[in-house]
Amino acid sequence: MINFVLLFSRQGKVRLTKWYSPYSQKERSKVIRELSGAILSRGPKLCKFVEWRGCKVVYRRYASLYFCMCIDSEDNELEILEIIHFFVEILDRYFGSVCELDLIFNFHKAYYILDEILIAGELQESSKKTIARLIAAQDSLVETAKEQANSISNVIAQATK
Amino acid sequence: MNPFSSGTRLRDMIRAIRACKTAAEERAVVRKECAAIRAAISENDQDYRHRNLAKLMFIHMLGYPTHFGQMECLKLIASADFPEKRIGYLGLMLLLDERQEVLMLVTNSLKQDLNHSNQFIVGLALCALGNICSAEMARDLAPEVERLLQSRDPNIKKKAALCSIRIIRKVPDLAENFMGPAAGLLKEKHHGVLIAGVQLCTDLCKASTEALQYLRKNCTDGSIRILRDVSNSPYAPEYDISGITDPFLHIRVLKLMRMLGQGDADASEYMNDILAQVATKTESNKNAGNAILYECVETIMGIEATSGLRVLAINILGRFLSNRDNNIRYVALNMLMKAFTVDPQAVQRHRSTILECVKDSDASIRKRALELVYLLVNETNVQPLTKELIDYLEVSEQEFKEDLTAKICSIIEKYSPDKLWYIDQMLKVLSEAGNYVKDDVWHALIVVVSNASDLQGYTVRSLYRALQSSPEQESLVRVAVWCIGEYGEMLVNNVGVLDGEGPITVTESDAVDVVEAALRHHSSDITTRAMSLISLLKLSSRFPPTTERIREIITHEKSSLLLELQQRSIEFHAIIQKHQNIKSSLLERMPVLDESTYVRKKVGSSDAAFSADKTGQRVSSGTPVSIPNGVAKQQAAPLVDLLDLSSDDVPVASSSATDFLNDLLGVDLPSQSSSGVVSTGTTDLLMDLLSIGTSPAQNDLLSPDNHTSSVATSGKIPSVSSPPSVKGVALETKSPHASGPSPVLDLLDGLSDMSFSAENPTFPSITAFQSNSLKITFTFTKQPGKPQVTQIKASFTNMSSNTYTDFLFQAAVPKFVQLHLDPASSNILPASGNGSITQTLSVTNTQLGQKALAMRIRIAYKVNNQDMLEQGQVNNFPQGL
Repeated sequence: MINFVLLFSRQGKVRLTKWYSPYSQKERSKVIRELSGAILSRGPKLCKFVEWRGCKVVYRRYASLYFCMCIDSEDNELEILEIIHFFVEILDRYFGSVCELDLIFNFHKAYYILDEILIAGELQESSKKTIARLIAAQDSLVETAKEQANSISNVIAQATK
Repeated sequence: MNPFSSGTRLRDMIRAIRACKTAAEERAVVRKECAAIRAAISENDQDYRHRNLAKLMFIHMLGYPTHFGQMECLKLIASADFPEKRIGYLGLMLLLDERQEVLMLVTNSLKQDLNHSNQFIVGLALCALGNICSAEMARDLAPEVERLLQSRDPNIKKKAALCSIRIIRKVPDLAENFMGPAAGLLKEKHHGVLIAGVQLCTDLCKASTEALQYLRKNCTDGSIRILRDVSNSPYAPEYDISGITDPFLHIRVLKLMRMLGQGDADASEYMNDILAQVATKTESNKNAGNAILYECVETIMGIEATSGLRVLAINILGRFLSNRDNNIRYVALNMLMKAFTVDPQAVQRHRSTILECVKDSDASIRKRALELVYLLVNETNVQPLTKELIDYLEVSEQEFKEDLTAKICSIIEKYSPDKLWYIDQMLKVLSEAGNYVKDDVWHALIVVVSNASDLQGYTVRSLYRALQSSPEQESLVRVAVWCIGEYGEMLVNNVGVLDGEGPITVTESDAVDVVEAALRHHSSDITTRAMSLISLLKLSSRFPPTTERIREIITHEKSSLLLELQQRSIEFHAIIQKHQNIKSSLLERMPVLDESTYVRKKVGSSDAAFSADKTGQRVSSGTPVSIPNGVAKQQAAPLVDLLDLSSDDVPVASSSATDFLNDLLGVDLPSQSSSGVVSTGTTDLLMDLLSIGTSPAQNDLLSPDNHTSSVATSGKIPSVSSPPSVKGVALETKSPHASGPSPVLDLLDGLSDMSFSAENPTFPSITAFQSNSLKITFTFTKQPGKPQVTQIKASFTNMSSNTYTDFLFQAAVPKFVQLHLDPASSNILPASGNGSITQTLSVTNTQLGQKALAMRIRIAYKVNNQDMLEQGQVNNFPQGL
């Protein structure tokens, strides 16, 4: 099981956190501090696994962003590397060559995508196409709702003119 | 723009925050935004609720408190529209966790949404439930989720399956309800549903044995079929990852098969073929393929696979080990560690590769490899492996040395074929990494050297050589200094030369030189210096011509700023200066240290539970350590005692004085008889000291007055063994508590004030009560200045095989005594002496000296809920209470 997902920049700024196991607010900030320190200090050639508090943290670096997932000690680290890459590919496809700024300004969208990949710390879907389709369907639901709201407010505006 | 809305768009807020140059600026922006959001919340602004929540989520991610927005999530979730719900559920998952009370309020909305006609709204609710549901919510909503497992929409099905995982993790009792639907999911075609279904089955197997049996019966074939289909499937672009179709499904099915096949030969047999196929056919040039192979190996190791399959698996790991990718090597080492318990021989074959990994540049890999090597060592391969590791110790990184040294030492101690090899290897380790060696390791080395009389000459010469090249390795210096002090003449006279040992010429003054260098070396700590002083003192007796020089060195140390060293120097100076005639017997070689006692002590010190009779003999740790060191030495003198800094009379104790001390301080021995011993004993050292003594103090000691009696009482603890640790540089000899060492000290200096030793006598502990089922020991302490008050520490031990509950100890005393009972440490007494209860009693004997203490005791307890009662009388209190 994945206990949490953590995205932070090379400067240690947090870009996304998702907790599947209960951690109090205090623990969360401690975890982020400890792990970003431990991972940022590792050289590029070292293995991508950090043993930490009886769990394993698997991380992968994309440009200035570090994607980390904390798993139980009996889980498959190599698969987690693939899941991280899977997530990144979907983000890439969604935003069109994703960069850190995309994730900052559209952080909620990154969360929506993550929620289509993982639930309860387990993998939900292995098809990028399916996930893209589900996200697109939900986005269009939002768009139509917005348009409707706009047209209604236009109608009201015109009526009250 | 809506005139009622205050504040900015989400995008603008993020920009403003990013534009901040200092943390203070950022805080100001956030504070302003939070104020605006709070205002909007209190006005119950609906139009911008979702935007405010989005802002709050961003602020939350930056680490600011956002609890005030929690209720907004609930309001958004309760609204009818999808966009509001979507952001509301996201906020719920981010801002709350399962331990917040607020979460309970959302249960009803969740229930409604789970029954919603829009599949995406159901999806949102399932996702939120799966990520943060608490045990109560799990119970409340389980029927809804169970129903959704049967839904026709794959998106809902897979989400419901993962949600069920969360539910059974929170409430394992519910596992049975999900068994049937979960098994049904494995018949699906949709990969997402299959993955979720397989994971649900895996978790069900973990949650309940009943589910495990059910799934083993109904799903073994299904899981094999899924694996076969996916691994034989032609190229499928939708699921393809570097040439492999859906590695995620592969891995998850393999995991489920491991659960199903574990400990079940039949199920395992079905799996053999497909596992062999996956293990041989999967491409291993990409990470995805390796991930499958890795999982496959783990499954083969986990189930009752055929031996051929296991060999195949271990060979895959062997290939992994030589992979250039660090990730792959790391997992291989991890896996080999697990495989070792299944098939040690197969793992042994990869020994040399593993050994190479110990030298890897990656700390994670090194650590794993070292642990694995440690497992691999046995009697046959210990010599080459140790050589490799020690060779590597020379070049390894500083921060890795500590781990490495500890492991090497432990290997050497555990598997050494003979003493010579042991000593050789230890010397190598000490010269390479003496600063990283733990104390008990070099203590053990000294014990071994002391027992190997034929190797002492060789050892001391080797140490002398090693000391020339690595004088900065602390523990090497200590061992060398000790050995030179003990076996100095073997160094100079080349005693016991072994075959192949190079010749060496060391003069007496050379030997003194190295010890002096150790004493003066800037990196030597107080222990090393103190040991050097003792060594010099001993050398002054071994090499009489150097005495004058040694005296000068010691004189120099008399002005040491360190009290311990100063005191030693003054004493040693006195020995050299004034007591030539007893020096040689005083400084005899230490008796052979008892290995078995040392080993037992080493084990015992880590084992908190003492056996019942031992507890009785022990002075409780609470009492001030006022044990004469000489007496403590009687317990076959473990090394720690001998090297104990607080025992300034080391040479005294180490020679033949102990027996005499025993006699002198013996419980019933009147002082007359002890002086009788004086007249007859010629070899006994302390006796010599006493007979030499001219100061009145010593006469006091021997005269049958109350001073003597106090010494005698303190000597009533012949079997006390609680020596201060070697580290504790307790200057007990200076403190008024120390009744034991002080007489000896005083003797040496010829000035004495014995009065303080009478002030605080120590009393032996007694067995106050003993039956077949129960043992009670009393340990006594007195506070200085309050002779009438005695603290009794009662310790109860259960000798029977049943645990006692409701344990109650009562005591009654005669009228002239006042008694106060403190609460006991527990009221449950574990069986078979596995622990004890302690209770402190405080007694005040108002007629101290006239009437002796007596006590009547009653013990009530329950065995298997049956009341038991035992009583008795304690008459054997020591004199003087």
